[in-house]
Amino acid sequence: MSLTTAHSVVAPSSNAKLIAGTIIIAYALISIVPLLWIFATSFKTPPDSIAYPPKIIFQPSIEGYCNLFTTRTRQTPEYINSLGPATGFCDETVRKRNMVIAGPSNFLPRFVNSLIIAFGSTFCAVFLGTLSAYGFSRFKVPLADDLLFFILSTRFMPPIAVAIPIYLMYRELGLSDTALGMILLYTAVNVSLAVWLLKGFIDEIPREYEEAAMIDGYTRLQAFWRTVLPQATTGIAATAIFCLIFAWNEYAFAALLTSGTAQTAPPFIPTIIGEGGQDWPAVAAGTTIFLVPILVFTILLRKQLLRGITFGAVRK
Amino acid sequence: MLDRTADNVARATPEPLAKKIRGISDKGLAWLFISPTILLLLAINIFPLFWAIYLSFTNYRANRPNEVVKNLGLANYQRILGDHDIWIAMQTTAHFVFWTILLQTVIGFTLAWLIDRKFRGHAFWTTIILVPMMLSPAVVGNFWRFLYEPQIGLFSYVISFVTGIPPTNVQMLSNVELAPWAIIIVDTWMWTPYVMLICLAGLRSIPEYIYEAAEVDRASNWRQFWSITLPMALPFIMLAVLFRGIENFKMFDMVNLLTGGGPGSTTEVASITLKRQAFESWRTGYSSAFAIILFVAVFGLANIYVKALNKVKQR
Repeated sequence: MSLTTAHSVVAPSSNAKLIAGTIIIAYALISIVPLLWIFATSFKTPPDSIAYPPKIIFQPSIEGYCNLFTTRTRQTPEYINSLGPATGFCDETVRKRNMVIAGPSNFLPRFVNSLIIAFGSTFCAVFLGTLSAYGFSRFKVPLADDLLFFILSTRFMPPIAVAIPIYLMYRELGLSDTALGMILLYTAVNVSLAVWLLKGFIDEIPREYEEAAMIDGYTRLQAFWRTVLPQATTGIAATAIFCLIFAWNEYAFAALLTSGTAQTAPPFIPTIIGEGGQDWPAVAAGTTIFLVPILVFTILLRKQLLRGITFGAVRK
Repeated sequence: MLDRTADNVARATPEPLAKKIRGISDKGLAWLFISPTILLLLAINIFPLFWAIYLSFTNYRANRPNEVVKNLGLANYQRILGDHDIWIAMQTTAHFVFWTILLQTVIGFTLAWLIDRKFRGHAFWTTIILVPMMLSPAVVGNFWRFLYEPQIGLFSYVISFVTGIPPTNVQMLSNVELAPWAIIIVDTWMWTPYVMLICLAGLRSIPEYIYEAAEVDRASNWRQFWSITLPMALPFIMLAVLFRGIENFKMFDMVNLLTGGGPGSTTEVASITLKRQAFESWRTGYSSAFAIILFVAVFGLANIYVKALNKVKQR
């Protein structure tokens, strides 16, 4: 496909393409380096992770992952020698540093909290969002534009400003530091996105399908269930992923409103410390585990991404 | 209001179709479908907002719930508007918002323009570039703290390697001059792809025949860029600026983990001040007043901007 075969007189020349491609690839590589560095750090030993100059080539180790999932105590070599043989790779690695595993760390429960809260709130937001979007899309709702703007405007509030009264309200209701409280809050934040995105998707489904179904004897509800929903699955899936990513990544509310039992991973990861400061390989390991689902979702979503980040304002 | 909704819906339904409907009527259904969302938002967003407005007129402190609450009238608002620290925080926020938006718009638009040359493999590299904006700002802030560590951090190492500054002197986060730029760099790294993606949509929305016509009229490339590309992509650029502006005005998580507002208060943006006042000093009434002021500011700016945006779109 060189310029001579292109039908258009305005197609970029191959030189322009080469220069553009080089700059874009250079930018992409530079912008991905921090992530690759975190990934590499998660497989370094603590001394390697803080070596000067920074080590690009190193002996990979899973010590970071061991430290992420366990808590350890320092012991005398005599005590460690008096123990039986090490019961696994992590045990062995830890003993080399004159420590023994004391028990599991809080990472796994925090990670599970993140899963429960993200999936719970996504389900609720998409459920409510689908119903409202259908309502706004198909029925003449008075003040529809004002209501839609109201729904969107709840997103303009700074999270800390919302957190002050929510903190007091949850304290009264006994919802502080509970998964239910967080699910309700994230649902409320995400539902605005869900309504706006899904309204766009449902608007694109021709009304004729439902009308035909209703003439065939379906009720409105049956028509919604059997003709609209199946056609909206792509939109619903894309919306769900956006809600999931928001809830998964959220930090401000989680940091202020949860402290223990319902704490999610984002406020937990920065608190992972080792002896004498942050345990960077363990932090990097936690970060890596936390980011992998997002990478997968980004790739799945790449065609809908634009729509999602602009609340459906820009469609391709 | 809801009754009226139902009436209108009933009137809007064509007669023969309405007869076909069994079970729940359309008006019932519209009500049933929309009200749960509105109720949830009223409970979790609007009720707390009114509570915050009430608190903003009092001296309430959340860590002393049993103390008698006094009504202060507008005293909290007066104190905030006269508070030197608050103005410094607003200035820090303005500096952060201005530079991040400027850098992200310039770099983002340039990248989009280059990607629009449609070189081989552009879709793959675009996806790679998009990754940072999908990540958790808190986790991003935390791991950039590692990259910024003097000596051992990759960023500091590269800077000292390139510039020859001794590695222990590259202290992005503890240097008063550099810390504001440290947060601007991270935000730009993270959110340039966002601006780029929206600009790309703008560039792709320009029909090719306009360029073909310009080519026939022998307009130079430079002229084509200024007379066609930029004006037609402008509504999209403004949309990106609007979203980024609102988000960065509210910025909390990334900055909180990267610098926590420090050193001193050099990177203390409005949300960090708010958090310190509300959840560290426990001046709940005072911080509620500040929260209301911030909310009104965001809302007002966004409204003005949306109006401007619509004007540009109509042109």
